[in-house]
Amino acid sequence: MSNNSAVNSKFIITIFLSALFAYAVGIYGNLPWWSFVVTNFLISVVIVQKPSRAFIAGALGVGLLWLTLSLLIDIQNNHILSIKVATLLPLKGAYWALILITSIIGFLLGGLAALSGAYIRNK
Amino acid sequence: MRLLPLIVSTVTTIGLVTVLNTQLPIGATKSPRLGYFLSPQQGFWKNAEKVNTNFDASIISNELKGNIDVYMDDRLVPHIYADHDEDAYFVQGYLHAKFRLWQMDFQTRVASGRLSEIAGADKLSIDRFFRRLGMVYGAEQTEQYINEHNPVMKATVDAYTAGVNAYLKNLSAEDIPFEYKLMDYKPEQWTPKKTYLFLMFMSYDLTGRAATADLQLTNTRDFLGYDLFDKLYTNKQDSLDPIIPKGTEFTNASIKPIKPATADLNYLKKQNLNVSANNQVMPDAPDKNNGSNNWAVAGSKTKSGRPILCSDPHLGLNLPSLWYEVQITTPTHSTYGASFPGSPAVIIGFNDSLAWGVTNAGRDVLDYYEIKFKDSTQQQYWYNGTWQATTNRQEIIKVKDSLDVVENIAMTNWGPTMFDAHYQNPQSKGKNLAVKWTGHEASTGVETFYRLNRAKNFDDYLMAISLWKCPGQNFVFASKAGDIAIKQQGNFVARWDRQGDFIMPGDDSTYRWQGMIPNFENPMIKNPERGFVSSANQKSVDSTYAYYLGTAASFPLYRGISVNKRLAVMNQITAVDMQKLQTDNYNVFAEVARPALMRFINTNTLSPNAQRMVREMTNWNLYNNENEKGITVFKIIWDSVENAVWGDELSASPIPLTKPEAFVLLDQMNKDSNFSVADDIRTKGKIETLKEQINLGVEQATVKLIELEKEGKLAWGAFKSTKVLHLTKIPALSRLNLPIGGGVNIINATTDVHGPSWRMVVHLTDEIEAYGLYPGGQSGNPGSIYYDTFVDYWAAGKYYRLLFLPKEKLVSNEHTKWHIQFKKA
Repeated sequence: MSNNSAVNSKFIITIFLSALFAYAVGIYGNLPWWSFVVTNFLISVVIVQKPSRAFIAGALGVGLLWLTLSLLIDIQNNHILSIKVATLLPLKGAYWALILITSIIGFLLGGLAALSGAYIRNK
Repeated sequence: MRLLPLIVSTVTTIGLVTVLNTQLPIGATKSPRLGYFLSPQQGFWKNAEKVNTNFDASIISNELKGNIDVYMDDRLVPHIYADHDEDAYFVQGYLHAKFRLWQMDFQTRVASGRLSEIAGADKLSIDRFFRRLGMVYGAEQTEQYINEHNPVMKATVDAYTAGVNAYLKNLSAEDIPFEYKLMDYKPEQWTPKKTYLFLMFMSYDLTGRAATADLQLTNTRDFLGYDLFDKLYTNKQDSLDPIIPKGTEFTNASIKPIKPATADLNYLKKQNLNVSANNQVMPDAPDKNNGSNNWAVAGSKTKSGRPILCSDPHLGLNLPSLWYEVQITTPTHSTYGASFPGSPAVIIGFNDSLAWGVTNAGRDVLDYYEIKFKDSTQQQYWYNGTWQATTNRQEIIKVKDSLDVVENIAMTNWGPTMFDAHYQNPQSKGKNLAVKWTGHEASTGVETFYRLNRAKNFDDYLMAISLWKCPGQNFVFASKAGDIAIKQQGNFVARWDRQGDFIMPGDDSTYRWQGMIPNFENPMIKNPERGFVSSANQKSVDSTYAYYLGTAASFPLYRGISVNKRLAVMNQITAVDMQKLQTDNYNVFAEVARPALMRFINTNTLSPNAQRMVREMTNWNLYNNENEKGITVFKIIWDSVENAVWGDELSASPIPLTKPEAFVLLDQMNKDSNFSVADDIRTKGKIETLKEQINLGVEQATVKLIELEKEGKLAWGAFKSTKVLHLTKIPALSRLNLPIGGGVNIINATTDVHGPSWRMVVHLTDEIEAYGLYPGGQSGNPGSIYYDTFVDYWAAGKYYRLLFLPKEKLVSNEHTKWHIQFKKA
């Protein structure tokens, strides 16, 4: 039972740290946009988890961060720009699809980076 | 370590990052780097501005002389209050950059032939066109001249430049404008040269049509022969109502341009039927409808007894707009109006003493000379019986993902060699052509606006515009003191009849420009008896003026007739009356052309559908209103008739030729003469009359009209489909299908992509009563609520009252919303 709760808290902490570090490196516009791949990888090297759990934690960390950020921005912008970009890309003006794609990119890359880190520590 | 899974997941991660970090080809263009573009902290999301953004700010700079207060009103128009003139221009530069950075960068890139640098080899032939036309060369001449001879303008442009760069210095990478992220490049420092390049672009937009038109005219002349050409492309406009009223006497001409003795043989009647195969894409020529209306009515015709001035420049309608509204107030002056992002000062506007506006003069100031080089090195060319040396001008064009391209331009005494063996198109027919253009000469155009912003009276206005060279403009003027005036001003060539309409021989100095017309001979009227002055791009003068102005195609006839007709009968005029006139949709061309058509149309022999369409046209009220169908029918019928009459003569040419002007056919119809051109030369042994051709045209039009009817596009607004296009022409960033009437020949000159780009009405009462707007918004950011704020209002023909107030009154005005402070470090 205690073992289980330690695993769970590790999982939650990883999600939180992934999001925090991804946000922190994202503040610096001169760093590459994919810098969170590096931080997620490192977090996963430091906090050892099963690969599947590492993937989900890293994916949720960045995915939820990107979902929250784009959603907040979009609401405060009344979808003015997201509709234009969703027409341009082309997603037929569906701003929610744009938010979804944004989140999926964060989710996938965050997860894959964490997965790679996990395989370094797993035997 | 689990090696295999590690390798697989790492490679997948890196692979995905790489794909999302690459611009992928989509058709001819490229996608943004998707990962970057969609990143909420770096990509486009950062440009999605809060709809309730607070624009309050405090900016500190060590380049300022004092502190400056800027108040932004609820339309996001800045009102700049500075203690020093240079500080005001610093702030103007800063604000232009803050709200319009990408547009400033993009427009000067186009002007200087630097599109390939960001868009790749696709844009190379357009870049080469602008380089060879001498756009950079001209900007360099101006920069050098101002640096050496004009310390005040140098300081003004330097302060403006410093302001732009001060904004750039603190612009973080994630906050760069949307379009940079979309096209994946970075902003760069502003320079004074970019300001001059931007002004070169305006010269090109308003006088550069000749760079294409002169080739087309030459080819049309070659194809038809001069005699027929002269008949179909006549410069005689019987119904002309010139800017300077007919009968006005002009001073004796101080230059008497002499037509060269060889002109008939070597120039006018020369024919060259060669066809060249080499294709270089030319940019679209500047819009034929680039023009404008402006007028001023004297106090004798207004309700208040004070003059009213109106100006609406007709240009391409774009987002972000060419214009940016601003008020600039310093101890030396206080002015308000539309400014160009890219240049200091107010361009069209008013100050606390007077108002001014501009329309394009349309005069021909660009000519081609055919050059004979000694050999392919282009080091020598034949001139007056000897070999003359050229100089070589090198321009290096950077190309994205490719090697630099070096453009070698042979400079002759005429100007740069525009077309040669290395750069040609079907229109240039393989000739070597040097271009001579007043746009190449150093110009202190900025100073004209600088002085107009500060002008107190008529003499100041005259002094200010006397410095103006290119593009030639009709400067309208009205003052609180009660004066009204209009003057056509520019650096104009003293031409003999038809000089420069076609390519001229470049080996003979007798074809040179024999002189520039002195300023005092440029057409002007002040306080005329009729109580108004006006211009709408028609010829400025009747045939008693000593100099040739250029071909009739450069001078639309009908808008001017409309404006003058209306102003002549209006009295007790108010500012609202003037707004109504600016947005008036009456079609004076159709007023004359419809009855002319009807005299030829044989209703009885037409098909039932054609009869129905003709009825639609005859029942029409002659207004190009959005919901009228008659105008669509009229336009399609008129175009079909023109095709039936001219098509046979012109369509046999291997190179597309230009159609004669509408007034030519109309004049023929009204004269009802035996018009031999009406005959379809393709039908041997049968001679078609004008009547037969017109009835044929009606039937052909009906086929198209029935199609339009089925698509629901017979109403004028739906047919015309006016749009305000983003500068990249991307539809998602544009405003499409605007509900607005108007059109060619209409005072409300709104066509599909072109029209009144800034409407302004200024009533010169003690406290100035001014109205205006442009079809755009103060912010160039597609993610801002202020991106297209004025578009719907503009389409509806409405106006904003412009806030032009001293600081203490503006601070407490209900429309004032934000405060940006600039502080000296």
